[in-house]
Amino acid sequence: MNRIGRKTWEDRILDTIIYISLIFLVIVTLYPFLNTLAVSFNDAMDSSRGGIGLWPRKFTLYNYQTLLTRNQIYHAALVSTARTVLSTLLGTFCTAMAAYIISRREFVLRRFVSFVYVLTMYIDGGLVPTYFLMRSLGMTNSFWVYVIPGLVSAFNLIVIRTYIAGLSDSYVESARIDGAGEFTIFVKIILPLCKPVLATIALFIAVDNWNAWFDTFLYNSASAELSTLQYELMKVLQSANTMSGSLLQALSRAASGTTNTVTPRAIRATMTIIVSVPIIIVYPFLQRYFVHGLTLGGIKE
Amino acid sequence: MNTSVGTVKRGTFWHRVKQQKVLILMTIPFLAHVIIFRYVPIWGWLMAFQNYWPGKSIFQQTWVGFENFRLLFNDPVFYQVLRNTLAMSIIKLVFGTVSSIILALMLTEVRRIRFKKVVQTISYLPHFISWVVAANLVRDALSTDGGIVNEVLMKLRIIKEPIMFLGIPALFWWIIGASHVWKEVGWGAIIYLAAIAGIDPTLYESAMIDGAGRLKQIWYITLPSIRPTISVLLIMNLGWVLSSGFEQQYLLQNGRVIDYARVFTIYELDYGIKMMRYSFATAVGIFRSVVSIILVFSANQLAKRWGQERLV
Repeated sequence: MNRIGRKTWEDRILDTIIYISLIFLVIVTLYPFLNTLAVSFNDAMDSSRGGIGLWPRKFTLYNYQTLLTRNQIYHAALVSTARTVLSTLLGTFCTAMAAYIISRREFVLRRFVSFVYVLTMYIDGGLVPTYFLMRSLGMTNSFWVYVIPGLVSAFNLIVIRTYIAGLSDSYVESARIDGAGEFTIFVKIILPLCKPVLATIALFIAVDNWNAWFDTFLYNSASAELSTLQYELMKVLQSANTMSGSLLQALSRAASGTTNTVTPRAIRATMTIIVSVPIIIVYPFLQRYFVHGLTLGGIKE
Repeated sequence: MNTSVGTVKRGTFWHRVKQQKVLILMTIPFLAHVIIFRYVPIWGWLMAFQNYWPGKSIFQQTWVGFENFRLLFNDPVFYQVLRNTLAMSIIKLVFGTVSSIILALMLTEVRRIRFKKVVQTISYLPHFISWVVAANLVRDALSTDGGIVNEVLMKLRIIKEPIMFLGIPALFWWIIGASHVWKEVGWGAIIYLAAIAGIDPTLYESAMIDGAGRLKQIWYITLPSIRPTISVLLIMNLGWVLSSGFEQQYLLQNGRVIDYARVFTIYELDYGIKMMRYSFATAVGIFRSVVSIILVFSANQLAKRWGQERLV
């Protein structure tokens, strides 16, 4: 696609339009984050006067101090981290293992197992039956509802299977001649070879888990000690306009009597930043993996 | 003769089973897991034909036949939900696809690699944040006290007074569409970028010799070349029109716009679970699932007929 040559007027106009549009896209994408960041570091009462752009006008750490010293938030962060780490480790390992099993061409149950998984992409039991199942399994008001049910997803399974299918058989064959068992072959040979696609899948699982709030809402809303950061933010969002949320009430009560005050807007902004920071921190490290791994996994094919 | 063939086949089959017993043993926990968590709930569909009351087993309930479905199809709210779901799905599909294609076309025209990389990296950042965070950002951007959209519109003198965008029913679908584009445009462009990268470069060379400018090249080479990708993705996504997402609508809605925001899952929650009409909610779920399966499979068949790879 080397299109070298003299620049015509058409080229110049086209380039200008493209660059302006792309810069506009970057601004539109980043502005809401940066504005929220500025509000979170700005004095709450001052923010309510409006006009905060990209930079705090009256800098303060008070919003963060107020929120981060709340046990509720601290605990929710702990639960969110725990579920993300556990789900990512267990989920990636289990999905890879299932993918290895169904990638073995000579395996007798290969077609059957693949079909059982693929069908789950289309059929879904629905909200109520799933809820009752979780309840009868003792998974409501339980941490494990975050980890166990979603352990292997059909989509991730197919991505890894496609990747394994693209590897040369000779690795597995020579290991078998050396007398290695199935599990050893999987752990010692397949896992290391799959690193790029596993990094991608691990990122997907981690992001999904960090971002989930509906499972908390559905299964664990009765146990405050199992709340997650996203769910706390969701509650703040839902109640921000009416000031009815317990967290908001508690916070504004705690704040009255001191010179500093927090407002719903400031709480929302600060929570939003706290909740997104982990994603933004991991993002640059893993973003090179996902596009690469995604094309490797052969979504296109 | 037949029996001999049979025995040979069976022989090899059992031989293979024996040989692969470790693999089979490894499979069992996975099968158990997927059956319990994904297939047992389908068994719960029986609830839709009962007047389910919690505390009793599924066999001790009273059977009511298709009563719950009759209630569902006679409920005006159901048709409202159907309309909202379809409208928002189609808006999201059309604008999401068009914006991703345009972004991909623009990015391939950029010759400065670093600039391109930076734009691309930033553009798919929002894909990875949760809808909870995104809904907060959207709410702030659209707020009447200092929200950036109102500020800009007022600076440009397009409006005099700030508008409460999220309180206007007629705007809700478009806000859903716009916020979907904001969040997913970069991510959606990846697949089109890959398709464009796969176009034979000699096509462009010969076009240039014929004196075609860049716009002409885009129109006559790039777009036709990625048309199969576009149509397959469009058709396959059409299969998912009844699952137009739920988090986005749930988190951005409020009492004023609920008649335009209510999608299936919200309906199941508000008219089913919250009212303890568990059987009714199950019937809603069955309707959605069954229609979705039909749509997805027809879409898949259609895509296949267009000479492209199947979804799976």
